[in-house]
Amino acid sequence: MTAPIKPAEGYAFAYLDEQTKRMIRRAILKAVAIPGHQVPFAARDMPMPYGWGTGGIQVTAAILGPADVLKVIDQGADDTTNAVSIRAFFQKTAGVAVTTRTSEATVVQTRHRIPEKPLVAGQTLVYQVPIPEPLRFLEPRETETRVMHALADYGLMHVKLYEDIATHGHIAKTYAYPVKVEGRYVMDPSPIPKFDNPKMHMSPALQLFGAGREKRIYALPPFTRVASLDFEDHPFERTRFEAPCALCGATDAYLDEVVIDDRGGRMFVCSDTDHCETRRQEGHRGALLGDIPEEARS
Amino acid sequence: MNRIDPILRVEEVAKSFTMHLRGGLSIPVVEHVAFEVHAGECVVLGGPSGAGKSSILKMVWGNYGVDRGRIAVDGVSGVTDVATAAPREVLALRRSTMGYVSQFLRVVPRVATLDVVMEPALAQGLDPAEAKRRAEGLLSRLNVPERLWSLPPATFSGGEQQRVNIARGMIAEVRLLLLDEPTASLDAANRAAVVDLIEAKKAAGTALLGIFHDIDVRDRVATRIVDVTGFATRRDAA
Amino acid sequence: MTAPLLEARGLTKWYGDRLGCRDVAFDIHEGEVLAIVGESGSGKSTLLSLLSGQLAPTSGSVAYRMRDGAIRDLVSLSEAERRFLFRTDWGFVHQDAAKGLRMGVSAGGNVGERLMAVGARHYGDIRAKAEDWLERVEIEVGRIDEKPTAYSGGMRQRLQIARNLVTAPRLVFMDEPTGGLDVSVQARLLDLLRRLVADMGLAVIVVTHDLAVARLLSDRIMVMRRGRVIEAGLTDRVLDDPREAYTQLLVSSILQP
Repeated sequence: MTAPIKPAEGYAFAYLDEQTKRMIRRAILKAVAIPGHQVPFAARDMPMPYGWGTGGIQVTAAILGPADVLKVIDQGADDTTNAVSIRAFFQKTAGVAVTTRTSEATVVQTRHRIPEKPLVAGQTLVYQVPIPEPLRFLEPRETETRVMHALADYGLMHVKLYEDIATHGHIAKTYAYPVKVEGRYVMDPSPIPKFDNPKMHMSPALQLFGAGREKRIYALPPFTRVASLDFEDHPFERTRFEAPCALCGATDAYLDEVVIDDRGGRMFVCSDTDHCETRRQEGHRGALLGDIPEEARS
Repeated sequence: MNRIDPILRVEEVAKSFTMHLRGGLSIPVVEHVAFEVHAGECVVLGGPSGAGKSSILKMVWGNYGVDRGRIAVDGVSGVTDVATAAPREVLALRRSTMGYVSQFLRVVPRVATLDVVMEPALAQGLDPAEAKRRAEGLLSRLNVPERLWSLPPATFSGGEQQRVNIARGMIAEVRLLLLDEPTASLDAANRAAVVDLIEAKKAAGTALLGIFHDIDVRDRVATRIVDVTGFATRRDAA
Repeated sequence: MTAPLLEARGLTKWYGDRLGCRDVAFDIHEGEVLAIVGESGSGKSTLLSLLSGQLAPTSGSVAYRMRDGAIRDLVSLSEAERRFLFRTDWGFVHQDAAKGLRMGVSAGGNVGERLMAVGARHYGDIRAKAEDWLERVEIEVGRIDEKPTAYSGGMRQRLQIARNLVTAPRLVFMDEPTGGLDVSVQARLLDLLRRLVADMGLAVIVVTHDLAVARLLSDRIMVMRRGRVIEAGLTDRVLDDPREAYTQLLVSSILQP
């Protein structure tokens, strides 16, 4: 964890002006009050292109305080370009402390993953959302999808799952797997792997979702019931991996496939870099590392 | 058959056609039509072509409107005046009380002969197996070859279609059966079969009202002949 | 006698100063088929939209007897209630199957949608029902996973019917259901519709400009012209003994093969 620093001169705290942050906070409060419901907000242009997390950044900017400790992950990793840039952005404009440790963070902004370490009360997870509307690819008209949400007219959602089973024999959707929130709103959890879906259910942390291009914010307050859609005879199943993490030996984490040479060699490693490192520091060893302590290898 | 009330009582009925496409020309057909048909009798409408026999039959069936008068049919659930009844009541009467054998078969394409014949019996709620048995019996009596039963009648010869039509008209048990030249295109053997069927209906207490151009058949089945010439409207030379 | 399933009274619709339809009144009960005939622009489609609650009348009412026996004016129904009717107790068969089907969803999904919309959550049951309905509308069960785009016009129309009837509705609206189909395909569809109507005791309100379709399918006819019902009655009465000048013109204009 780095200590707080003095923010750069000439910027409002966390980049956005106070009126904008207030507007976003109002949208967040409404979203928290109606879990799973998409609240429109006047998303601003950010100094980065759409698709780089403009929605998540605005939500983070609106909730960040000087005492917060920020963690940013992209596909579980703290060290990819997107994560590094956003972390640097808030360090510079808000001067907040940053960390890669899930346990130390008060605010975690994420693209496409939920950390493996269970979040606790007081933490906030901010999701970057590309397309907030779960019905979008089934019903292109926004006017119609809004009415469908209003009337909880969600038969179409199951039609999609039906089609999957009819075509593949099982529900083939592995990410952005739709959920029903508190038995009411159907919600797109952003493109997290369905492996992460159960972590949203009854989480003690506050979960906020921001879509910059589509100008929508939605939320899961702590301890919200979140159920993945399924059929009685084709229940939701979490993705399972055949081998443990090659580095830390974890058997209950989401793994990325990494090609390690040009002869088709590959390995499966934790997508959550912090989780993997923490485990290795605790002495866990995967097949690739064998029993050799890490210090001895370098 | 000691019923006193007739099954059909026609009183003071008048009918004319207004041809709007010919400048509103009004063509009177019949007036002051009055007769009765009782259970177990076959009343034949007599008179030359164009005298209005067919129109009277159609007014009783309900597919021609009535200008004036009353056509009382004593149905399963009381007396209905076809002249003024709502469409729904006429339909109910056709299901429960009236049968009609027209000159021409009008059916949905693609429906098998056996199903065409069974339909009125099924509409009355008859058990399908029993309806099928009756339909097969009728088709046999009317000499419709068994190999045709599963085919739609649309491509049959005129005589075959006519016999399918008779079977369809005879299958249901109705109080009042209307016959519009049922033997028109039949040979002697089939005419005899139809006469037998009509006699059986009479014996079972059905009231029949018919038009027969074949004098031989008419004389064999008619209990009475009502000459419609008396109902013809006077047409003044224009 | 029980109350009618649907009861229209004084139905009038103005589009500004242009008339859609005026003073239409009728009842329909379960098991009855009513044909609305007339040429394009006669007000048939306006009337169908009013009757199915998709358009609010300028004046008049449409009372509907709900499944629980309560009689409701369609105008007073909320959007949620109207949609619920449309996926349970009502069907709507469009002339253009692409309007009534999801062309990007398999036949099974198309038939199953209504079931899922009212809470069916067992894949095997939904699929079994879809298979049963494909059979009833004479579509090979082996084609259940194909999309309607792979179907012929007649099959699409039959699929549309299956999709509508799977929740056992009591009232089905049909807008030119045989329009644009080949004659032999039309005949098959009409035969199928007649059988389903009889088996399920459906009430049907069918809009058509084809008097032959009206004769084969309906018990009663309403003839519309310039927004008004000019003649109504038993189908064979209206067609065999048309009273009004316009009806006589329509009937005399039928081509005989």
